[in-house]
Amino acid sequence: MAMLSFEPKYRVRGGTLVGGDLFDFWIGPFYVGFFGVTTIICALLGTLLIIYGAAIGPTWNIWLISINPPNISYKLALAPMREGGLWQVITILATGAFISWALREVEICRKLGMGYHVPVAFGVAVLAFVTLNIFRPLMLGAWGHGFPYGIFSHLNWVWFTGYQYGNFHYNPLHMVAITFFFTTTFALALHGGLVLSAINPQKGQAVKSPEHEDTYFRDTIGYSIGPLGIHRLGLFLALSAGFWSAACIIISGPPIYSGSWIEWWEFIRETITWGGN
Amino acid sequence: MAGFQTIFNRVEVVGVPQMGVDIGRDTRDRLGEPQLNYWIGKIGNSQIGPIYLGFLGVASIISFSIGFIIIGLNMAAQVDWSPVMFVREFFWLSLDPPLEKHGLQVLPPLAEGGWWLISGFFITASILLWWVRMYRRAVALGMGLHVCWAFAAAIWLYLVLGFIRPLLMGSWHHAVPFGIFPHLDWTNNFSIVYGNLFWNPFHCLSIVFLYGSALLFAMHGATILAVARYGGDREIEQVTDRGTASERAALFWRWTMGFNATMESIHRWAWWFAMLTTLTGGIGILITGTLVDNWTVWGQKHGIVPTDLSMWPVTPLSTQSSWGQ
Repeated sequence: MAMLSFEPKYRVRGGTLVGGDLFDFWIGPFYVGFFGVTTIICALLGTLLIIYGAAIGPTWNIWLISINPPNISYKLALAPMREGGLWQVITILATGAFISWALREVEICRKLGMGYHVPVAFGVAVLAFVTLNIFRPLMLGAWGHGFPYGIFSHLNWVWFTGYQYGNFHYNPLHMVAITFFFTTTFALALHGGLVLSAINPQKGQAVKSPEHEDTYFRDTIGYSIGPLGIHRLGLFLALSAGFWSAACIIISGPPIYSGSWIEWWEFIRETITWGGN
Repeated sequence: MAGFQTIFNRVEVVGVPQMGVDIGRDTRDRLGEPQLNYWIGKIGNSQIGPIYLGFLGVASIISFSIGFIIIGLNMAAQVDWSPVMFVREFFWLSLDPPLEKHGLQVLPPLAEGGWWLISGFFITASILLWWVRMYRRAVALGMGLHVCWAFAAAIWLYLVLGFIRPLLMGSWHHAVPFGIFPHLDWTNNFSIVYGNLFWNPFHCLSIVFLYGSALLFAMHGATILAVARYGGDREIEQVTDRGTASERAALFWRWTMGFNATMESIHRWAWWFAMLTTLTGGIGILITGTLVDNWTVWGQKHGIVPTDLSMWPVTPLSTQSSWGQ
């Protein structure tokens, strides 16, 4: 059921981290495993709580629904369910689901004899989430500093948080993160385009080889990183984008930096004091 | 198990450098004695060069240099030609587009935007020449034109920002200045003047595809590295004759999320996500100030921004700590 033609021979037992053979089976195309069970519990409960939060909230408009963190007067305490407690429980469940998902990926890697690159990469995305909604609120001393869970309400949070620091575009690590995001997308376009152009050549021509791929980039820019290297570069760029995003928000706020990022750059003018006016 | 994670090359082949696939008469235009660099070879191919130096490439580089030098000289003039001040003030220096009053005049006074137009012309010419170069090199090798079209998608956003939208607005003044902080200021002000770009649905889409591209490259890069031990990096061979690397890569995602791409289709996902970032972004910029004056008003009218702002929480001031209070 729901198996690809070559799939049966790969569906072997073993490779689990926890639980031995207990949950070592598939449902449809999905592998279950111990962490599949914990994922589904966290995800299902979290989703139901979001729906419950919407139900007791002011709107069913999907764009406006927002599960809000508690007021910062609650500091790091648990808040009543209707006043941010829901947000706190959902945050815990989300984190639990993400970590479960990563560990389930590890089990699948072990089953298939693959490296652990995917769960490690996913871990960087989880780190960014945890930085925003757990580490930084802890650093600032109140859960209220997390962002609200809503399609557009979280953008409202980004907007108002950014302008508390003058202009967030001036945050040097924000610059680094954006540069990595743009570079990743650029590199992805080149890689996707190059492979497609080799296997979908000009009319009437045979499929091209990696030789052609290398030649195309050597001809145009003088260097081709090669079919293995591009995946290292792509993974590095993508993970850097996530990592520096987390870094740029964690440095915004006491005790690290709570001034204007525009004025932060004045250090250059204070350092280079010679050479004219 | 952990010993072979394909993070870097442990063995490097040193041999005769490859001069590239033969392209007939034009092969002679490949210049440079290829060099092998040990440290670059740790990550990717160690070979640097040769490069194809045709008419288009040379014209593009010359054109870019002219535009770039005009910007540099304008900035140098602004600090009275002091090298130290040039370095100190570099991030703040700007070559601004023409004043509003000059409208779409082809050549306003040089100090009031004329230089911006001239340098913009040369840089745009250089980009378009480079596009033709990418096109011609693909054709010469008998390859598809996918890289060219992806490049064209980026040029679309560039032209919207610096040419098409200013044209619709009736003045070059609305284009982006050249400069590090100045272009960030422009971006920031653009959002504020038009009532918060976050409520622009095409801006939303562009960001979704930007983040989606990072997500896809992380997923794809990691997957290929994870099956590199089975030859997964030989993607073309895996497309034409599926091997165990493709099968394991596919099953990894099928077992994880119930769906998998193939070795070919993942590159179609990648290509479209990357292209749609700039395609949707360009649309978002183009309709701002032309069709829509205020995205907050637009958002409230269309039910994505609440008219009663108390529906959403007041973002607390995070520049003050709650510790010890």
